[in-house]
Amino acid sequence: MLTSPFVRKPTSVQQVMFTVLVALLPAIALYVWQFGAGIVVNIIIATLSAVGAEAAILKLRKKPVGLYVSDLSAVVTAWLIALTFPTILPAWILILATVLSIVAVKQLYGGLGQNPFNPAMAAYCLMIVAYPSAMSQWPAAGWMDLSTHLQLIGGASLDAVTGATPLDALRTGLRSGTDVDGILAREAFGILGGRGWEWIGLGYVAGGLFLIQRRVITWHLPTAFLAGMVLISGLFWIANPAHYASPLFHLASGGTLLAAFFIVTDPVSGATTPRGKLIFAASIALITYLIRNFGAYPDGIAFAVLLMNLCVPLIDMKTQPRVFGHKGD
Amino acid sequence: MIAGLFRFKGGIKPETHKNASAGSPIQIAPLPKQLIVPLRQSPRATAECIVVPGQKVLKGERIGLPDSPLSTAVHAPTSGTVVEITPHAMAHASGLQTRCVVIEPDGDERWIDRPTLDYASASPKEALAWLRDHGIVGLGGATFPSHIKAGVDGGIETLILNGAECEPWITCDDRLMRERADGIVAGALILKHLTGAREIVFGVEDNKPQAIEALRTAIHGLSGDITVIPVPSLYPAGGEKQLIRVLTGVEIPHGKLGGDFGVQCFNVGTAYAVNRAINHGEPLVSRVMTVTGNVDKPGNFEVLIGTPVEALLALGQPKPDTGRILMGGPMMGFELPRLDVPATKATNCLIATSPTLFPPPPPEMNCIRCGACAVVCPAELQPFELYWFSRARNFGKAQEYHLFDCIECGCCSYVCPSQIRLVDYYRFAKGEIWAREREKSAADAARERFEFRNERQAREKREKAEKLAAKAAATKAKLAAAPTDAPAAVATDTPAGPDDAKRALIAAALERAKAQKAAVEPKNTDALTPEQAAQVAEADARRAAQAAPDTAADAPESN
Repeated sequence: MLTSPFVRKPTSVQQVMFTVLVALLPAIALYVWQFGAGIVVNIIIATLSAVGAEAAILKLRKKPVGLYVSDLSAVVTAWLIALTFPTILPAWILILATVLSIVAVKQLYGGLGQNPFNPAMAAYCLMIVAYPSAMSQWPAAGWMDLSTHLQLIGGASLDAVTGATPLDALRTGLRSGTDVDGILAREAFGILGGRGWEWIGLGYVAGGLFLIQRRVITWHLPTAFLAGMVLISGLFWIANPAHYASPLFHLASGGTLLAAFFIVTDPVSGATTPRGKLIFAASIALITYLIRNFGAYPDGIAFAVLLMNLCVPLIDMKTQPRVFGHKGD
Repeated sequence: MIAGLFRFKGGIKPETHKNASAGSPIQIAPLPKQLIVPLRQSPRATAECIVVPGQKVLKGERIGLPDSPLSTAVHAPTSGTVVEITPHAMAHASGLQTRCVVIEPDGDERWIDRPTLDYASASPKEALAWLRDHGIVGLGGATFPSHIKAGVDGGIETLILNGAECEPWITCDDRLMRERADGIVAGALILKHLTGAREIVFGVEDNKPQAIEALRTAIHGLSGDITVIPVPSLYPAGGEKQLIRVLTGVEIPHGKLGGDFGVQCFNVGTAYAVNRAINHGEPLVSRVMTVTGNVDKPGNFEVLIGTPVEALLALGQPKPDTGRILMGGPMMGFELPRLDVPATKATNCLIATSPTLFPPPPPEMNCIRCGACAVVCPAELQPFELYWFSRARNFGKAQEYHLFDCIECGCCSYVCPSQIRLVDYYRFAKGEIWAREREKSAADAARERFEFRNERQAREKREKAEKLAAKAAATKAKLAAAPTDAPAAVATDTPAGPDDAKRALIAAALERAKAQKAAVEPKNTDALTPEQAAQVAEADARRAAQAAPDTAADAPESN
């Protein structure tokens, strides 16, 4: 016998994940426009490895393979890994990262909904620690044809095509004594941040707004993350504009916009209460900025996310909203 | 006067399906072959049966007496003969039985005398008793006795008439408001008088413009503060606390009633029934019900209480592929385990389901903590947290997260993308907590009983010993006063104690024996030898002595 309610909204995890994938499309299109179709190849590789790994481990865990593979959550993880990793990374590292994120970070904790850490960010941290040089090889700004891309991800070493990311360039520039304005005048930089990357960032913003409109995510997380980033970078920038880049640069560089709408918004590993979301996302921004400026890695989002993932139970516990009728408690 | 509307957080907009039945006027349902009238018409109260099988009853004749404060009278819904008084399955998901009066209608529908009440001059007590004796309970679904709600002593500012009817499919209140607005308003005026409210506010979801119009026409020209407010159609806007929040801004916490905050809320159907009872002398023997869903002729029917559900369902003409039958709305109603159960005062709707209208629930997946449930929860809970705690049987934590503030409206289950039947988990957790509390209170009661009995036994022994000691002391005193020497001297010299008492008793017995011997004609009944008398006295004293010091260490009796 069934119990109420007897009706349900036509919605599913699959639909939620599908909406996220759709929201990533504008950024991917801009990626292709700016850097060539290589990213699509990487997305396909990551997707196949993620789905394969997910199906295999579900079978091992004796879970309904079809039901959980078709929820598309592994595909979302795969796309996010492909988008956050350097595009010219050898394919085997991409595959390894994807398989690890699905098997170790997600399924070994219990699968969908059970992982305390963001799978894509955990994979990123694992790989940047294990293969630091490969993980910092980014393509130079500009279009790259598909055959070059395939050679690169096949393991060929073509130094001519690689370049530093804007954050890397800023970092090394500052170390060599150049001031911020001098560094940003170089060729690798565009109007706000890295040349080409600014456009992709706009794509993430568009996709993120779409997710908010579709109520897949709420405004709290992106807003708090971006506001936190503006606030902390603004403070340092006002104090010493020659040594610290402007808030706009930090917004447009690295994974800031991707993270704001697609990484810190992961519901499974993130805070869930309205106030908790604000604290969670703002803290990630703060830690990211500190790592960018004072840490050993050019971009710290992945580490910041994992650190804050650890704090989620505490944040949620301490920020439980007042329930109806208990406002005075 | 209501200045502006407030919002409650959360809520959903499910497809209403109200058009299926909203267009069909209220029809009088035909008399069924038998009426099965449950004597339990409101929670926690079963009326006392006052008819016997074979007895003829008139329509509206009382067949059940209210015998507790939360009880209301039960009446014969039509004239006919009482066939039997028997336990019968009730309209409940459990299919449990309750005591019912089975009446065979004679088809005449002959009413009993229907005196009316001039409520304006009647004392409040009289008017409330009138409601109780006419079987008036809340018709919104909870069937809470109206005389209790209307009898809140003072402090009521606002009387809210709930015509929100937010559940999908149901249109009985809509039709009642459209067709019988005058009766509803008359009932509202009575309730205003009884509660002493200053203003009357009708809250009707704005998807019922005709009902709103009809009510506005009915209140036109009435003096006093009375308004009809369209409220946004957002399930569960018809929940009492949600409607009060929308209309007044007041949030009533779990465990509190509107009356505590100067607001009292009645369903429009209840107001109509109040009007019938006071102004027309009719007890509550029928109500309007919607029959809809997978039926050819969805509609609204005025149905006698006790009409079997199958007869009622037949009025809508269910289609061949009809499956389960729901009573109440699809959000908070329940599946009927059997169809021979009677409709009650709480029955507002019957929905015939079909696999297309109500597809079977898809498999449950893991919670992804997306928080969609928290967004729609009108109690502003974190449903997924309650789900985790309930699933883990962490009931303490579930209560800490206000499990009991959950009104089981079903919004969370409705939106869950993982298809988790969240409300089932809360029902499970609540049931477990109640069961544990019952066990605990049963254990507490048993312990108290045990301790009380031990104490009583100890006290009785103590009293017995004291009595014996007193008796002995009295005897001693008598002996001391008597002209004998040695034993009396001993008795007076030493302090009183068990041993002294013993000695005193022996002495007294000996004295008595001596006296008896000395007597010319000893009585047969008292013909004890001194030895015998001494033995008896000694035994008595020993018992008393044993009982007195160690009463606490008494073993419990087996019983």
